[in-house]
Amino acid sequence: MGTVTKIARRTFLLGTLGVSGGLAVGYWHFKDPIENPILANLKDGEFALTHYVKINKEGVSIITPRAEMGQGVQSTLAALVAEELDVDWNTIKMEHGPESKAYANTGLWTEVAPVSVTDESNLANNLRWAFGNIMGKLFTSIQTTGGSSAMVDGFEKMRFAGAAARIILIKAAAKQLNVDSRQLATQDGFVIGNNGIRLSYEELAERATEIQPPSKPKLKPKSEWRYLGKSLPRLDMVEKSTGIAIYAIDIRLPGMVYATVKMNPYRGAKCIRYNEQKALELPGVKEVIDLENGVAVVATNTWYAMQGASALDCEWEKVNYKGNNDEFYYEALKAFNDKPDSVHNISGDPDSIPDGNKLELEYKVPYQSHATMEPLGATALLKDGRFDIWVGTQSPSMVRQKSAEVIGIPKEDCHVHTLYMGGGFGRRSEIDFTNQVAKIAKTNEGTPVKLTWTREEDIGQDFYRPLSISQVKLVAKEGKGIGLDIKVAASSVIDSKFSDRWGIDLPGPDATLVQPIPDQPYGLDHYRVQAFKSPINLPVGSWRSVGCSQNGFFHECAMDELALLAGEDPLEMRLRLLTHEPSRQVVTAVKEMSGWGRTLPVGHGLGIAFVLSFGVPTAQVFEVKQTEFGIKIENIWAAVDVGVALDPMNIEAQVTGGIIYGLSSAIMGQITVENGRVVQSNFHDFEILKLYQTPYMEVKILENQRNIKGIGEPGTPPAAPALANAIFATTGKRIRELPMNKFIDFA
Amino acid sequence: MEITVNGETHKVDVSEDMPLLWVLRDELGITGPKYGCGIAMCGSCTVHVDGYAMRSCSIRVKHVEGKNVTTIEGLGSPTALHAVQAAWIEHQVAQCGYCQSGQIMAAAAFLKDNPQPTDEEIDQIMSANLCRCGTYPRVRKAVKSAAAKLRKI
Repeated sequence: MGTVTKIARRTFLLGTLGVSGGLAVGYWHFKDPIENPILANLKDGEFALTHYVKINKEGVSIITPRAEMGQGVQSTLAALVAEELDVDWNTIKMEHGPESKAYANTGLWTEVAPVSVTDESNLANNLRWAFGNIMGKLFTSIQTTGGSSAMVDGFEKMRFAGAAARIILIKAAAKQLNVDSRQLATQDGFVIGNNGIRLSYEELAERATEIQPPSKPKLKPKSEWRYLGKSLPRLDMVEKSTGIAIYAIDIRLPGMVYATVKMNPYRGAKCIRYNEQKALELPGVKEVIDLENGVAVVATNTWYAMQGASALDCEWEKVNYKGNNDEFYYEALKAFNDKPDSVHNISGDPDSIPDGNKLELEYKVPYQSHATMEPLGATALLKDGRFDIWVGTQSPSMVRQKSAEVIGIPKEDCHVHTLYMGGGFGRRSEIDFTNQVAKIAKTNEGTPVKLTWTREEDIGQDFYRPLSISQVKLVAKEGKGIGLDIKVAASSVIDSKFSDRWGIDLPGPDATLVQPIPDQPYGLDHYRVQAFKSPINLPVGSWRSVGCSQNGFFHECAMDELALLAGEDPLEMRLRLLTHEPSRQVVTAVKEMSGWGRTLPVGHGLGIAFVLSFGVPTAQVFEVKQTEFGIKIENIWAAVDVGVALDPMNIEAQVTGGIIYGLSSAIMGQITVENGRVVQSNFHDFEILKLYQTPYMEVKILENQRNIKGIGEPGTPPAAPALANAIFATTGKRIRELPMNKFIDFA
Repeated sequence: MEITVNGETHKVDVSEDMPLLWVLRDELGITGPKYGCGIAMCGSCTVHVDGYAMRSCSIRVKHVEGKNVTTIEGLGSPTALHAVQAAWIEHQVAQCGYCQSGQIMAAAAFLKDNPQPTDEEIDQIMSANLCRCGTYPRVRKAVKSAAAKLRKI
């Protein structure tokens, strides 16, 4: 890989995670100079053993410092600790814990190193670790959830924490019993000795805190795992099935008031003036607050606040862009005339091939909204110089820092209580809504305020997946696909998010523009990828898998068209070209699962896509059927390689959920602009996939890679191209633009 | 006004046009029903009114006076699970969980009416509840297994 690719990988991961920062240790380490963050909030009778284990009379709580947005991360992180700590799964409690640099996500740095994602040699792994050290010193340590990085980050350090806590509990028991600790064992939360002695972890916890934990305790070999590698019941499942799980929207505090916002639909422009009279005359409305580019309405009930907001007359400043998606596509096309933001010369020279062997195609995707089921919001209280915020966030560190700036108090006086998210998908890595609640709380000092956005604000004020366009030249020769020359133009997520919104200028090109195309392990003779920046119109952000879903669509549709041009079978051509064995294995798996090549019923067709994203090779085959009402997806077979599969049932949920998320954007989801304003406003015009449209799905999980990988995102990118390729196989109609329901009916 | 929720009668002093959802959530502190769209499109706010599944974001509180409202909290609890909730746990349906109260309330009312649903009927009814995490394949399995259990009771 060229130098540009190496530099570019850095910004790609920053964009992926929506943060900067990382603490440069690959394992839990008791000698960290950082104080244990749970010590500050311990109640009487509570004891902290390491940064991750808290014990009181009721039992063991595990701190799982990645936020739960549905991906099951907290249960799997808890399982890592529980495995080594030796506690009964049914007795465990978990909590997110406070915002702290002790919980910085180091996983991103190990993946940021300038080595190929498919290189898992000792040398490459050492480089990843060393690179983490360098980067960790350059950036502040920041706690975050995203980029499919939690397992990469936590796989070792959470197990070390569990093992270290177990060792000091055994030592505490040895001291109490006055025996050699080698005579003691553990079982489900007890230290066991000779003659039927059983001491519970709860009764040993206090004494254990006096003992220095080992920094790198021995870990169990995989063959002895009892929890890891098995499907465990998620720790949040009972709460979420009985309505008692608490999200930010559910927080209730005494004397609380309720707020909503009405922001300028011309994104980024100001509210010139507003007339609050009509709102204040309505029942329950207490106050209207100026937020510069919009207003907040405070009331005694959320519904009163929403009524107030819709009654408000606002005069909006217009934006300096106007127009619609066609004009944005035209602008993106013009960007191809500019200097590229990055050039990835992977192999050969596509320019050296005579035009007779080439075919030029164009693909495009519109803006896309996150539309988390829980609309954005948070609850906050500013009192006596202390700010508390209860919020579902992927970025507690950014929330803390920016809230402190809005209120004008030191960061140390801001306390972030991270709750379950009703969906994140990258949207909750942003801090626009938390800045709003901080401002409302500042105006209402001493009174708790809950901010709830309407769905209309949620769709209209999103930071969208960018509208993007791609031009691809296919090169075929003598019956073989031998080259791809790909150009992509889109607004830069890095520029929009970091520079425009957060005031952080990152060096280097924005690799999310072409992510993950340069990482695809295809041994093409001629392979070049070029990124071009088009102007930022609507603000853009990280949308589940960031650049991978749109670029996966471009790349994998082009691969299919390349096979057609060359006269090759699309699956066999991929197998011929893949140079990375675990990638070949996932393609082989879906070949077998789908019975690729079998005689299909009339009106049926199979399509394949393969995308390596976040280190996970993912292959999907779709079977679709032409019905009298349109296309129906009959079956989806998927195979992924996560290196180490910690919880197969949860991995399956992430892959199927990721596919469905991808299908919503492939089939019907789009954000369009008319006269400078977003057209869509709610689920009637921003549609998502429904249950009846969901086919039979089967997921195979492979472990042929050496390093562990995260699976929150890799299921999404192959979905749209696999569907487009299956529709082509069935109907002969090639769809090169999303959403597909603009061009074909779906049953 | 007086409304009865989960067998308990509450006096509420709100505009009679207020949607039931906001009375439950902000006035009574019953937060199982969720706000998702406000226009009856997503189903996250689904409750039972006299046993029928309804979108609480789109019924005015004045229309439930004298009727029995049941929310997910009244359907079952961790120590006394309703068959649908037990099936949800058995199949590990929830991801972010936000839409699941509505999914479960929709399924419970549906199975009461139709204890032997066909696959097509399950698909049809449950398609009215949106899930952004894409838990649909497991929703389907859980509804089927809850139906089988409910028939045995």
